[in-house]
Amino acid sequence: MRGSGPPVVIPNFGQGSACVRGDHTFCWGWVHDHWNDTLSPALVQHIELTAIAVGIGFALAFALALAAHRNRRVEHPIGIVAALLYTIPSLALFQILVPFTGLTWTTVEIALVSYTLVILFPNIVAGLQSVPPDVLEAARGMGLTRLQTLLRVELPLAVPAIIGGLRIAVVSTISIATIAAFLLPDGLGYPIFLALKDPTPFKTEIYSAGFLAVALALVCDATLLVLRRTLAPWAKRRLA
Amino acid sequence: MSAAAEIVFDNVTKRYAGRGGDALHELSFTIPAGAFCVLVGPSGGGKTTALKMVNRLIPFDSGDIRIDGRSVRDLSPVELRRGIGYVIQQVGLFPHMTVGENIATVPRLLGWPKDKIRRRIHELLELVGLEAADEKRYPAEFSGGQRQRVGLARALAADPPLLLMDEPFGALDPITRFRLQTELKRLHDEVEKTVIFVTHDIEEAIRMGDRIAILRQGGVLAQYSTPDELLAHPADDFVAEFVGGDRALRRLALRRLSDVKLSPGIGQAKAAASTTVRNAVSLMLELKVDALTVVDDAGQELGVFNLRDAESLL
Repeated sequence: MRGSGPPVVIPNFGQGSACVRGDHTFCWGWVHDHWNDTLSPALVQHIELTAIAVGIGFALAFALALAAHRNRRVEHPIGIVAALLYTIPSLALFQILVPFTGLTWTTVEIALVSYTLVILFPNIVAGLQSVPPDVLEAARGMGLTRLQTLLRVELPLAVPAIIGGLRIAVVSTISIATIAAFLLPDGLGYPIFLALKDPTPFKTEIYSAGFLAVALALVCDATLLVLRRTLAPWAKRRLA
Repeated sequence: MSAAAEIVFDNVTKRYAGRGGDALHELSFTIPAGAFCVLVGPSGGGKTTALKMVNRLIPFDSGDIRIDGRSVRDLSPVELRRGIGYVIQQVGLFPHMTVGENIATVPRLLGWPKDKIRRRIHELLELVGLEAADEKRYPAEFSGGQRQRVGLARALAADPPLLLMDEPFGALDPITRFRLQTELKRLHDEVEKTVIFVTHDIEEAIRMGDRIAILRQGGVLAQYSTPDELLAHPADDFVAEFVGGDRALRRLALRRLSDVKLSPGIGQAKAAASTTVRNAVSLMLELKVDALTVVDDAGQELGVFNLRDAESLL
C-alpha cells in the first residue's frame, strides 16, 4: 500500500452521467462506479495511517506515562515537550520533516504520532493518578507490592481515562490524516485534494470522501465506547 | 481459626524530620492476646502513627514492636501486612472489583485454592451481616455503613490473628455507627482476635475497649488500663479532663443490673436485667422512685436495685 496509490479517476465531464456532467450536489452513480478504484483504497489507506499512528502513539505514551507515574519529576518535562509538538501546525510540521524523511509515510506518521502522544500521555497519567489515596493505602496495608498495585489497582482504574484519551486521539487522527494528501497520494484526503485542485471542484468526490472520514470516526468512537463498557463495567454504574 | 496474638510495644520512639519533639515517645505497653485495645487521645498524640507502625506503614526510629514475641522487623513489610487485618476510615474498597473480589484480595495474594476462597467469601458476608447476593455487586452500590462491613470482611478474609482499625466508624452517621460498634463487639466475642482500634472519641473508646491506651501530645502514654479503672482513677489531670466530668455516670454505664448484687424486696417500678446501671439511675430519677424491681428475660423477679446502691458501685 505504501508509495503511490491506485490511479484516481478525475471525473470526465464530457462522458459521465448527466449528474456528473452537471456536477450536481451528489451523484450516487459516481460513487458506485469509483468505489473500487478510488474510495475503497483511500478508506483502507486512511485506516492504516490512523492505526499506525495511534498504535505507536499509544505504546509510546503508555511507556512515558508509566515512567512519569513512577517518577513524578519527569512528568512535567514530557508534558511540555508534547504540548510544544502539538502547537506546531500539521502542514508546517510536514514541511520541517520533509528534508529529513522525504515525501514518505514516515513523515506523515511522525507528525500523526506526535499528536496522539500529546493527547494520550496526559490522559494516561491522569488515569493512573486518579486512584483515591484511601484505595492505595488499603492496597499497601493489605500487602500488595508496588507492581501488584499497578497491575491490579491503578491500571484497571485508569481504563476509563485511557479509553477516553484514545477516543479523542483516534477521532482527531482520522481528521488530521486527511492532510497527508499534501505529501502522499494516499488516504481519504487525496480524492478531496484532487477535486479541489480542479478549477471547478467536483462536489460528489469531496462529499463522498468526507462522509467516509466522518463515518470512520463515528464507528471507531462507538467501538471504543463498547470496549470501555466491557473493560470497566464498574465505571458505568458509578456514574449511575 | 488462628489464635489471637499478643502485641508488645517496647520503648517505641518516632521522630519526624524537621518537626520538633517526638511523634511517639518511648511507648511501652502490652496488649494481651484476644484483647480489644483502643488507642485514644487528642490529635497530635500519635495514636494513628502507633497503629501504622504495627504493620510497618510507618517506620519507627528505635525500640521494637513484637507480635507473639516476634519483631515486626523480622518479616518483609509485604509478608507482615498479609498476616494482619487492616481497616481504615475511608474503607478504601477497590471500586473496580465486586464485593466478593474485594474480600478475596489477601487470600488470592496468599494463593488459596478457588473453592476455599469462595467458601470464605460466603462465610464472611454472613458474619458481617451482608447478603450472599451482595458478592457480585460493586462497592459504589452500597451505603457507607455497608461498605465498612465489606471493609471489615476483607480485613478478616485470611483469618489474621490481629486486626488494626484506624477510626473505622469515624465517617458514619451516629445510628449506623452505633450499630456497627455493637456488631463489632459481638463479632470480637465470637472470633478470637486481638484488635487495635484508633479513635479520638472517648465515648467510643469506653464502649468498645477492654483495654484503653490514652496518648497525649508528643506521643506520651498517659494511661493504659481497663475502661473501669480509667474512669475510677484517672492517672492525672489530663486524663481526667479528657475522660470528662461525667465519668462517674460513664462508669455506671459499663455495668448492667445483672452484674450487680441486688437486695430482697419489691421496687416501685420494673427494669430488665440487661439495663445498664446508668440507665437504671436515669429511670429512677425520671420516675421519682428510689427502688427498681429487676426482672430477667422470662419476667422472673431477681431482686431490688436501690438508688443508694449506685453510689457503692463507684
